[in-house]
Amino acid sequence: MKKPLIAIEKCKGCGLCIGACPKKILELSSAFNKQGVNYPVCKDESSCIGCKFCAVICPDCVIEIAETDGEV
Amino acid sequence: MADKILYTRPRSIRDVKTHYCPGCGHGIVHKLIGECLDEMNCREKTLLVAPVGCGVLAYNYFDVDAIEAPHGRAPAVATGMKRARKDKLVISYQGDGDLLAIGTAETIHAANRGENITVIFINNAIYGMTGGQMAPTTMEGQVTKTTPYGRDVTDVGYPIRACELLNTLMAPYYIERVSVHDVPNILKAKKAIRRALQNQLDGKGYSFIEVLSMCPTNWGVDAQTGADWVRDVMMPYYPLGVFRDKGTEEASRVQ
Ligand SMILES: Cc1ncc(C[n+]2csc(CCOP(=O)(O)OP(=O)(O)O)c2C)c(N)n1
Ligand code: SF4
Ligand code: SF4
Ligand code: SF4
Ligand SMILES: [Mg+2]
Repeated sequence: MKKPLIAIEKCKGCGLCIGACPKKILELSSAFNKQGVNYPVCKDESSCIGCKFCAVICPDCVIEIAETDGEV
Repeated sequence: MADKILYTRPRSIRDVKTHYCPGCGHGIVHKLIGECLDEMNCREKTLLVAPVGCGVLAYNYFDVDAIEAPHGRAPAVATGMKRARKDKLVISYQGDGDLLAIGTAETIHAANRGENITVIFINNAIYGMTGGQMAPTTMEGQVTKTTPYGRDVTDVGYPIRACELLNTLMAPYYIERVSVHDVPNILKAKKAIRRALQNQLDGKGYSFIEVLSMCPTNWGVDAQTGADWVRDVMMPYYPLGVFRDKGTEEASRVQ
């Protein structure tokens, strides 16, 4: 299973990752990080196809894509 | 259950917070260059020339040797560095004010000499660093701090197309325009940058990559609107594509 790992404290809240996700499973948090911005959260990791689009477009290297062995 | 990391920050980019605004294209282009340097195993032989402009602190973000050039002079500095150290990979990273206003002469003459360097040109249609004044690449009608009624081309001239301009010269080896406003284009931009760096390693000569890029802050829009503006307003005037590729010309002559 593939999923985004989001380092929320590095996020500047631009939202480009949210627009880039073809599965539309990223949304902005209602909480703020220490920089004072809303960051992306993945609302349905099981739908992630691991396309990396969110990570590729992030100007601030906030998102990594991980593959787990599936026993979630 | 072990996590295998499929995508992460490239080694050539430092794990530090940049001063770039949210949604700024500079960060995306940095990452692409970093990924190419990693893949080509060139991080330790790279010499980066940072511009004056928002990219001025690029040497804090790339984990490579770097030097800061006076405004517009990056290709002249890069020329000297490459001529002195032919074993190095020299990258001149410049914005539109730097490359096409104060540095027009240096830009044209480095290209015209066919220097064996790689120029990465960030076209965000504005002077970002100084607060949003008109750049040579500012669009017709675009409102900036110095064109409050929109760029009037009858007064200040038309936006300059750098690739087309340089494509009139004999010497350049490779000229391409790409964009970083969405993922498919970001992936194409990476290929172009990789190509431009490889040309230098192969001793082919001057390669120029223009990147259409977002400056949401000085355009006065949010990041996604900025990305859409690149697609809807900049791309029709600045068409993407390869303008010059002597590699393909050479290959087709061989056949
Ligand atoms: C000799 C000199 N003239 C003017 C300036 C002021 N200045 C700093 S950055 C800049 C333009 C930056 O615009 P650009 O090159 O497009 O870079 P961006 O910030 O948009 O990435 C200017 C005019 C300067 N630093 N030095
Ligand atoms: S990897 Fe693809 S599907 Fe998964 S969250 Fe990122 S953009 Fe969405
Ligand atoms: S693209 Fe990066 S900086 Fe922008 S909101 Fe997403 S994670 Fe945050
Ligand atoms: S002013 Fe524009 S170019 Fe400069 S960091 Fe901010 S968004 Fe990027
Ligand atoms: Mg600029």
